[in-house]
This record gives sequence, C-alpha cells and structure tokens, in this order.
Amino acid sequence: MDQPANQTKNLRKVIWASSLGTLIEWYDFYIFGSLATVIAGQFFPKENPTAALLSTLATFAAGFIVRPFGALVFGRIGDMVGRKYTFLLTLVIMGGSTFAIGLVPGYATIGFAAPIIILVLRLLQGLALGGEYGGAATYVAEHAPAGRRGFYTSWIQTTATLGLFVSLGVILLTRQVLDSDPSVSISKFNDWGWRIPFLLSSVLVVISVYIRMKMSESPMFAELKAEGKTSKNPLKESFGHKTNLKMVLLALFGTTMGQGVVWYTGQFYAQSFLENVCRVDFAQSRTILIWSILFATPFFVVFGHWSDRIGRKWIMLIGMALAVVTYRPLFRMMERISDPTHMTEVNEPFALSEHVFDAPQPDGAITEVTRTHRFTNGTVVTGTYSYNAEDVIVPRGGKDGTVNKQLGPVPYWQIVGIIFIMILYVTMVYGPIAAFLVELFPTRIRYTSMSLPYHVGNGVFGGLTPFIATLLTTIHLKDPLVGLWYPIGVAALCFIIGALYVKEDVRPNAQTTDG
Amino acid sequence: MYAQMPKRPMDDLKRYAGLVWMALGPITIAFLMRTAAAEIAKNPVIDTMIQWGVFVVIFIPIAVGLVMFGWYAWKGEYMEGVKD
Repeated sequence: MDQPANQTKNLRKVIWASSLGTLIEWYDFYIFGSLATVIAGQFFPKENPTAALLSTLATFAAGFIVRPFGALVFGRIGDMVGRKYTFLLTLVIMGGSTFAIGLVPGYATIGFAAPIIILVLRLLQGLALGGEYGGAATYVAEHAPAGRRGFYTSWIQTTATLGLFVSLGVILLTRQVLDSDPSVSISKFNDWGWRIPFLLSSVLVVISVYIRMKMSESPMFAELKAEGKTSKNPLKESFGHKTNLKMVLLALFGTTMGQGVVWYTGQFYAQSFLENVCRVDFAQSRTILIWSILFATPFFVVFGHWSDRIGRKWIMLIGMALAVVTYRPLFRMMERISDPTHMTEVNEPFALSEHVFDAPQPDGAITEVTRTHRFTNGTVVTGTYSYNAEDVIVPRGGKDGTVNKQLGPVPYWQIVGIIFIMILYVTMVYGPIAAFLVELFPTRIRYTSMSLPYHVGNGVFGGLTPFIATLLTTIHLKDPLVGLWYPIGVAALCFIIGALYVKEDVRPNAQTTDG
Repeated sequence: MYAQMPKRPMDDLKRYAGLVWMALGPITIAFLMRTAAAEIAKNPVIDTMIQWGVFVVIFIPIAVGLVMFGWYAWKGEYMEGVKD
C-alpha cells in the first residue's frame, strides 16, 4: 500500500478512536440530564431540604463550575504529558463515574450517603467532560493534513449531538422493553430500569479505552516533546501572557459564547419548550428531536469541510445571525402548530369524568372536566379543564389544563422540520469551531488554551440557556417566548464581536500555528 | 504599537467598540446582582439562593474577561497587522 493510502487509513483510525470515546463521554453526561427527574426521585427526595439542596448543586455545579475547571486541570496535563494519555484518563473517569451511578443504592436504602455519592460522581463527570473535548479535537487536528482540519475535526463535532441521540434512543428503548404493557414498563423503568443506560456505559467505555490505547501520540506533540519544547507551565503561558490571553478572550467572546447558546437552544431549550409550553407528550418530544438530529448531523461534516475552503469565520457567524433573526418566528410556529385552537375537532370530545363544584371557584370555574379531544390532523389531546359559566376554559396556574398532547403526523413532521432548521444552525456554528480553536493557539499550550473558552462558552453560556430562558418565562408570564431573548442577546453580541475582531485567515496551508 | 501601524477603515471602530465592551462588564454584573437580590427577596429559599449565587459568582470572572477584552481592543491589539 502506498504512503498516502496508509496515511488516510491511519487518519480514519484516529478519527474513529477519538470520536467514539468523545461520543461515549457525551452519552454519559447526557443520560444524567435526561433522567434528572427519575434520579431526583431516587436520590433527592423533595420533602428533604438537604437532599434537594444537593440536587441543585449536582445540576448547577457539574455543568457550570466543574467543566471549565476540568478544562484547566486536564488541559494542563495534556500540554505537559500528552494528548493521548490525558483523554484516556478523562474517558476512564467519565465511564467509571457513570457506571458507579448505575450501582448506587437509592436514598430509601442508604439515606444521605446516596445523594452525596451521586453529587460526587456527577462532579467527576463534569470534570472529565471538561478535559475530554479539547484533547480529542486537538488530537485529531494534529494528525490532520493542513487544509483539511475542518473536515477531519468535524467528525469530533458530530459526537456531541450523536451522544444526545444515543442517550435519547437508549432511554426510550429501555422504557419500552421492560414489560409488554407500556405503563408497567415505564413504572419498572422509573423503579430500577433507569440504571440500565448507566451500566451500559461500562461496555462502551471498555471498548473505547481498548481502541484508544492502541493509538499513538499526536505527531505534533510527540515532536515537541522529543525536542524538549513542551510547556513547563501551560496555565501561566495560556492565561498569564497577553499574547495568548487576548486570543483566549477573543475565542470566548467572538465565537464560543454565541456557539454555546445556539447549540443549547436548538437541542435542549427546543425540547423543553415542546414539553413545557407546547405540552407535547414526553416520548413524542424526544422522537421529534431524534429525527431532527438524524437529518441534521451530516451537516456538521458538510460545514466543517466547507470551512476548509471558504474559511471558518463567516460560516459560524452566519449561523449565529440566522439564529438571532429567526428564533422567535420558529418558536412561535412551533407553538402555533401544536396549539389545538388552530385545529379542527373531529367530533364532540369524549368526557372521561366531570365534576361540578358546589359553588363557583375564586377564578370563576364552575365545572372541571377530564376530556379527550381528537382533531382532523390526527392530534389527540387529553386534559383536565375548568370551565366558567360562559363555558370558557379557565387557565389554572397559567396553563390551559392539557396534560398530554399526541401530535398527528402533519404537525409532528412540521415540528421535526423546525427543529431540524435550528439544529442546522448548530451545525453551522459548531461544525468548524474545533478547527478554528485549534488553529488559534500554538501546539505547546493548545489543549489548555482552547479547552477553557470552549467550556466557558458551552458550559456556562450554553448550559445556562434552559435555566435562564425558563426563569425569564416565570418572571414575564404573558410572553411564552420571552426566554429566547437570552440566547438571542448573547448570540447577537458574539456576532458583532466576531465580525469585528475575528480574522478570516484560517491558514489552511499552515503546518503548524506555532510560528 | 497602534500609532506605528497604517490605519485601516475598521480600526477606529474596533478601538472605540472596546470602550463599549469595557462598559458592558460592570453593567452586566450590576444588572445581574440587582436581579439576583430581587429574586432572592421574592423567594428566599436555599434553591433560589444557590441558583442566583452560582450565576453571580460565575459571571463575575467572565465580566472581568470582557473588560480585559475591551481594554485590549481599545489598545489596538486586535487590529489588522498587529504582530505579537
């Protein structure tokens, strides 16, 4: 076999080994988030304030504090010891923590030890995730030929979305296969079946560790190490020297901050909006996301590849600009499509139960009816509605009473299309960013320098999107779209800073950015 | 360094925008702290305190970073042709 063919084969192995491990890490991180409600029931009983406090800490600390900290800790090790061993270590920590979560007895069995152990394991997950991504992206980029870094690193970029895809798929599948009766299956899942996705991780991690152990160190780093030119203090060199610090700040405020909010809005807030505002059924909201992810994922590679040809800056910035301009219309469309008042009912609703109050309630309600409504587009809505004397629905707690909404095929696929568009924006901002960050920093401090802005942009700005957006809707009750002002504002600011200051010289032909 | 470089059309805009970024840092933190105080006063439970406490603590260094970014922009560090 000739040399270029060998190089291509080796590169494919590098991408495969790196991407598989990163995908597993994202899978591990997401299953905790996706099963947060079930985990809370098992480990953090609401009636116990200390357990509830630990739950809040687990949610907030893992995503927002520990991830950037992990970026610093493992970035430093990666720049001093090497990329390969560092991201092997993060994989083992992540896999071990995830597997252990699946084994921890519940609060009912071991009391306070349970939430404390879970909190520690969740923090370890956040720490490992903070170290993984920078290592994988750097490792692949340092193997890739100059001028093709965007294409090769884009495979790493698919893993975050595919990790979510796999986690949603495994959870939905596990919920359904535990018993032939769906309701019994869900009940078993909530009781003990939720542990399966966590335990499954160990198998995936062992395979990935085996594959990664057979890989060699990144050639750029190996060369640096052989010459004795590795950094002695990567943290000081990255953040203590103006030359590099100003690029770290530019990376954060000009790219990753906007990329983070676009990513979390498209993939997480959209799902939360479907469930909590549009009241779409739990399983259906997840399958909608699964389809959208499936259709959009190839575009990570398309935009990564394209960024090698036309530059990275404007692909990312146009993705942000599109998000800024279209988020509100897109979310409004989702709300309208799923709103039964815009649908035609097939016939009279089927009343499951009806209760007439002895006297009119303070909000004017005189009756409360649980009904199933069927619409011509196939949508079925079940809910408990309160009616006043004029036979008009009285919203309670800001909600119309809908408890379950199964969308018909047309609205279902329309919403898949809308979320696909939002994930397409994600592919634009996220596809080229690994190559962009890698090329911004020199080899000797690359792992440390790129990991911090990435995890502050994604962990802090992005990770906070669902919380801040939901928080805004609780403060301004009249506008269900008010939460979007947070990602829109951050992305708009990032677009302006990026457009003004980020240079377009991706240097596709540069062998290294050390010079 | 800035004075020695030939001026380009966007250079002034980049520099003066630096003042805006410098101002945005403290404004953001002031706004965040005011909102946090109001929300905690509205619902003084431990969950609210932790949430808003984390928001404030984590955004302070980021705001400092924004001020530094603005300072570098004002000093012309991001202008075309500036070599390190």
